[in-house]
Amino acid sequence: MGQEKILLEHTPAARKVLAAYLAVSGTVLLLMMTLGLLMRLAQGSLVSLPADRFYESLTVHGTGMVGVAGMGGAAILWYFLGRHVRLNVPVLAINLVAFIVGAALILGAAFIGGFAAGWTFLFPLPANSLGQWSEHAAAMHLSGLLLIGTGFLLFHLDTGRAILSKYGSLARALGWPYLFGRSDETPPAVIVASTMVLIVNTLGLVSGATVLAISLVNLYLPGFAIDPLLAKNLIYFFGHVFINITIYMAIIAAYELLPLYTNRPWKVNRPFLVAWTAATVLVLVAYPHHLLMDFNMPRWLLLVGQISSYISGLPILVVTGYGALMIVFRSGMRWTTTTALIMVGVFGWSSGVIPAIIDATIMVNTVMHNTLWVPGHFHTYLLLGQIALVLAFMAHFSQGADWSKVRLNAWGFWLFLIGGLALTQSFLYSGKQGVPRRFAEYLPDWVGGAQVGALAALMVVTGTGVLFAAYLLKLPRVMRAS
Amino acid sequence: MQQIAWVTTLILMSSIAAVFVWVAWSTRFTADYGPIVDKAYAFRRVLFGALLTVSAVATAGTIGRLPYAHAANDAGVQVVTAIGYQWHWDLGATEVKAGRPVEFRVTAADVTHGFAIYDADLKLVTQTQAMPGYTNILQHTFDRPGIYKILCLEYCGLAHHGMSAELTVSG
Repeated sequence: MGQEKILLEHTPAARKVLAAYLAVSGTVLLLMMTLGLLMRLAQGSLVSLPADRFYESLTVHGTGMVGVAGMGGAAILWYFLGRHVRLNVPVLAINLVAFIVGAALILGAAFIGGFAAGWTFLFPLPANSLGQWSEHAAAMHLSGLLLIGTGFLLFHLDTGRAILSKYGSLARALGWPYLFGRSDETPPAVIVASTMVLIVNTLGLVSGATVLAISLVNLYLPGFAIDPLLAKNLIYFFGHVFINITIYMAIIAAYELLPLYTNRPWKVNRPFLVAWTAATVLVLVAYPHHLLMDFNMPRWLLLVGQISSYISGLPILVVTGYGALMIVFRSGMRWTTTTALIMVGVFGWSSGVIPAIIDATIMVNTVMHNTLWVPGHFHTYLLLGQIALVLAFMAHFSQGADWSKVRLNAWGFWLFLIGGLALTQSFLYSGKQGVPRRFAEYLPDWVGGAQVGALAALMVVTGTGVLFAAYLLKLPRVMRAS
Repeated sequence: MQQIAWVTTLILMSSIAAVFVWVAWSTRFTADYGPIVDKAYAFRRVLFGALLTVSAVATAGTIGRLPYAHAANDAGVQVVTAIGYQWHWDLGATEVKAGRPVEFRVTAADVTHGFAIYDADLKLVTQTQAMPGYTNILQHTFDRPGIYKILCLEYCGLAHHGMSAELTVSG
């Protein structure tokens, strides 16, 4: 096994903050998964959950999972980027504090204030609950989101400052001089990926902050309104970009750790750089695939949504998925919790692209939009993709210097994988049957799929719990050693 | 449509899974990386070309069948207005004829809803969004008579799941 290539050693303070990121992410992840399990149990008529509690749980689950994915991805990005450029530890800590306070506000808004407008907070629903929640509860939720977004904006601004101070321009950090034949040197993969993340998510966060601020004012000054279709564009641009970026942050773990465990390089070459530059554009322009059933959208924009969704799958499959398979093939790589979960993560991302692209086909979307097909595809590339990568990184981080000697946490891994596959496939099958998403109560024909989903979700929660417990148990020893 | 989408998805996802399992199995062996890279890069060019071709064909085959329509002024078209409220539908007509085009003019009075039509077997037939300030034109010709359900497919608050109406399609 090779040694990790470290240009800058992380300080004990940085390692503590990163450890806290992962601990908070794991804790919130398990809580959100439990809410997901509870909702599937209720839809399967296995427990009784009043509609108001269901939709509060739905709101918290959706928002919280996006936040967890963001925090886990940020930890991975910072850990590997911080070996190449000088990042600011207090900014990293501020983002964590903003997340914790924001998450507390969101939890309070839902379970004390009754707020349940979904993660989408589609204008003007936050201000129109018909008595289910007050404007103060809505304000609490939107403020929590705004706070979390601000923390992430600071996080990206710091990575941008550090990258620019070393590489001089975003174009150089994306490897354009090499791409256009003006240089023989390529930046490391983590620099390229972090630059793409910086560009795309900054735009997404600004869009989100804009619509959040307008929605907040609208709660108290109803005359201060925004066009609902414009608001939906801003919300989905923000949501689409942010959730995609969590995967692009997490995939850095594959770029950095597979070479370590296989003792083979992940070469940054022309196709790699083209793929990441293309992804920078495609993630931004693909968001209209969320609005294909808004017939008043400009038709050309909806066509852009379909076509760019098709194209955006290519870099994922041909560069990252293929590259991971290539580096592992006949490498003699040992199967540890980290390597096994990385391969699951790459598989989840690559295979999740398939049902996502199919749903982005306008004529298919007409009979699939807002059915369980949608959580089917996004749970594939988020649960089996992004979260698997975060859990893989957690396992690696908690091994310290012993990373090459550990074994596979078989119970945790197989429960997570089998449960995840069963959960995502049960969603996809139910979506094919036309079962709506976001329904607190099901018609009798739909209950069976939810029961299968509940059993699968139970396996996922248990497997994740086992993996996270292993992280927590190993952490004190590793922190002392650092 | 749903069946085709599902079967296609299953085949492609299973194929990807099979490749991952094969590669995972291959780690029982070791080989020099150089020759692997040479072969893999050559195959990647083929794979990229094939995927690009499939994407282009899929786009060409589907892009002409869009659900978006303008209001028709044809006397033969049956017009049904549909207004979404928290939490009920106000339909301009609750009965239409099979075999003749129906034009749904869909909007919302309060928040955004989703106007989705299910047949008697609970198969999703078609849908559009219902948004305040906008009217979406959804055209559909029912082939089979029967009782169809209108459900809301955009989350709209506490009784979202109970927001349904019936549409009778007569022969």
